[in-house]
Amino acid sequence: MKLTGAQILIKMIKAEGIDTIFGYPGGAVIDIYDALAKDNGLRHILVRHEQGAVHAADGYARANNSVGVALVTSGPGATNTVTGIASAHSDSIPVVVFTGQVPTALIGNDAFQEVDIVGITRPCTKHNYLVKNMDKLASTIKEAFHLARSGRPGPVLVDLPKDIQNTQVDFKEPKTISLKSYKPNYKPNKKQLHKVVDLIRQAKRPVIFAGGGVILSRASADITRLAKIADIPVTASLMGLGAFPGSDPLWLGMLGMHGTYRANMSIGHCDLMIAAGVRFDDRVTGNIEKFAPEAKIVQIDIDPTSIHKNIEVQCPVVGDCKAALKGIIQLMEGKNPENFKNGRREWLEQIEEWKSTTPLKYEQDNVVIKPQFVIEKLYELTKGDAIITTEVGQNQMWAAQYYHFNKPNHFITSGGLGVMGFGLPAAIGAKAACPDKLVVDVAGDGSIQMNIQELMTAIESKIDVKIVILNNKYLGMVRQWQELFYEKVYSSTNMENAPDFVKLAEAYGAKGLRCTRPDEVESTLSEGLNYEGTVIMEFAVDREESVYPMVPAGGAITEMLLV
Amino acid sequence: MKTNSYLLSILVDDEPGVLSRIAGLFSGRGFNIDSLSVASTAEPDVSRITMVTKCEPHIIEQIKKQLHKLINVITVNDLTDKKYVQRQLALIKVNAKSEKKADILRIVDIFRCKIVDVGLSHYTIEVSGDSEKHDAIVSLLKPMGIIETASTGSIALARENGKH
Repeated sequence: MKLTGAQILIKMIKAEGIDTIFGYPGGAVIDIYDALAKDNGLRHILVRHEQGAVHAADGYARANNSVGVALVTSGPGATNTVTGIASAHSDSIPVVVFTGQVPTALIGNDAFQEVDIVGITRPCTKHNYLVKNMDKLASTIKEAFHLARSGRPGPVLVDLPKDIQNTQVDFKEPKTISLKSYKPNYKPNKKQLHKVVDLIRQAKRPVIFAGGGVILSRASADITRLAKIADIPVTASLMGLGAFPGSDPLWLGMLGMHGTYRANMSIGHCDLMIAAGVRFDDRVTGNIEKFAPEAKIVQIDIDPTSIHKNIEVQCPVVGDCKAALKGIIQLMEGKNPENFKNGRREWLEQIEEWKSTTPLKYEQDNVVIKPQFVIEKLYELTKGDAIITTEVGQNQMWAAQYYHFNKPNHFITSGGLGVMGFGLPAAIGAKAACPDKLVVDVAGDGSIQMNIQELMTAIESKIDVKIVILNNKYLGMVRQWQELFYEKVYSSTNMENAPDFVKLAEAYGAKGLRCTRPDEVESTLSEGLNYEGTVIMEFAVDREESVYPMVPAGGAITEMLLV
Repeated sequence: MKTNSYLLSILVDDEPGVLSRIAGLFSGRGFNIDSLSVASTAEPDVSRITMVTKCEPHIIEQIKKQLHKLINVITVNDLTDKKYVQRQLALIKVNAKSEKKADILRIVDIFRCKIVDVGLSHYTIEVSGDSEKHDAIVSLLKPMGIIETASTGSIALARENGKH
């Protein structure tokens, strides 16, 4: 069968079971767009900026545990994807980005809209390719998807010169992938699993620390099972929220710089930490010397480079989280469960005391809306069942603290890179993947403006997203640092000069709602969430509210600033 | 903390951009490269990179794992604590005034080097050997007046039979 490169690309994407891609046309991908127009069966969502395409692909991948695809042109189209790619790389999200490139004969000649995107994205992709040979096109695309989703997932970029797209060849679907040395180790070492079980048996004050890897390996049920068998309390990184039910009595809340008091104290006092799918980011550990000083640490990760990178661990387990947790559970089941609950009553009582003396809290006000209150109401009204995306900053932390995630794949945030402008395109991607779900972007007034153009994408594609703007007219997180550590010099963080968000919504064809009083929060949310279509709900919140608890950068995580 | 010198022998896909991936990994993560030598091997599509790096003992583990994580890296073999043969090739251009010529020739002879270029007032000497031999001859020739030198990075192979 004779096909052009463009047709092969579409065929191969569909063969991966992908129904929707996100992109933006341009001169160097015009052949692919022509082929897309003549093909049915692959939905293309036209974004308004290439960064949005990658974040949308990221949101799509996370919401339905698949691979997200972005398609952009060469030069500026390609460079605009870099932030999205770097974010997916930090968070290990499987995304494949196809970029157009000038014809092979022109590469290196500084042609119009030519940029060495493979060179630029080398450090922020799992791998990338420039396809220079027609015969390798199909196998390269297949490899790209395989690399993106297997092992520790991540973004892969494939650069496609224009002549590769419009040349015809005999198409043979590649059946196998030949990668000489890429063989992720899924199966954990049995001996190490026995060691973990022994450690659990000996532990009196164990804690499970779940990360994004638990969600990526679909191991939520397993980690929950392990916690239940041995009565082990569970905390999570920002990326791990939803891996363990937020309403479970064993749930400690999030760990780290803005973690709950009881989660941080538990880590400070535990004698065993079972860390699964985490990489010990500095926002989680604070001062490494004072992180879990009394604990033996078990670290389960599919990526050997994650182990011993930031933290010395006593029991590394290299392998897939799900396989490892299943293995551990298997070794424990059939044995007397009481053997694994040594000293647990005292430990759980201690945690309960931390919880009751120092809960997550804020001071309610009758006149000014508290941002935490908006998130609490959002949680109540959506019954914890919405997919929540966030921007970055205070809005992200309040969403993480006050929306109690009960299921995996329901919290989508730019965790590692911390990209402002992530939430809206990611919400569009998530809604495209899960059209029956309610998808809410929790935003700040600063970050929503970073990719506001994607509102048009939502309207045009009839992808209904609900945007909650917590408007404090500040770049709130930076302002908070300035308040606490820079003598309240609010340098360049005042955002009082802002658009009218209600009119802005209307200008795009969305609905706009504004709420300025605490007693109207519920009715505004209710109206917005029930509206059929995309809506901006703007809440004028307390301008100088801060996120607490807070561990100052570099401090021990047990030394928190409280309200 | 104490830094050690490590000798890594790395087999990679012979593809454009592979060296850049490795160099980028080192610069991006703040590892340093002391010397580097790259060439194709007897196997088609496979190149060997021999690298000397100085770092603290716990960093070398991370370097090896990070290298192995690169898709185009086939094997990473740490020769440091193994038996291996190592060679470095250097060309040393040295002043050869008539009264020193005999001294230089004697040094060349003792070290089993070769003179590969002769001028009215200079010799160019080819030295092959391990880095200690290289250092030794440089220190002996220095008093004669070394004009310029060119040197390859180390190359090495494990002494055991089989591929590494």
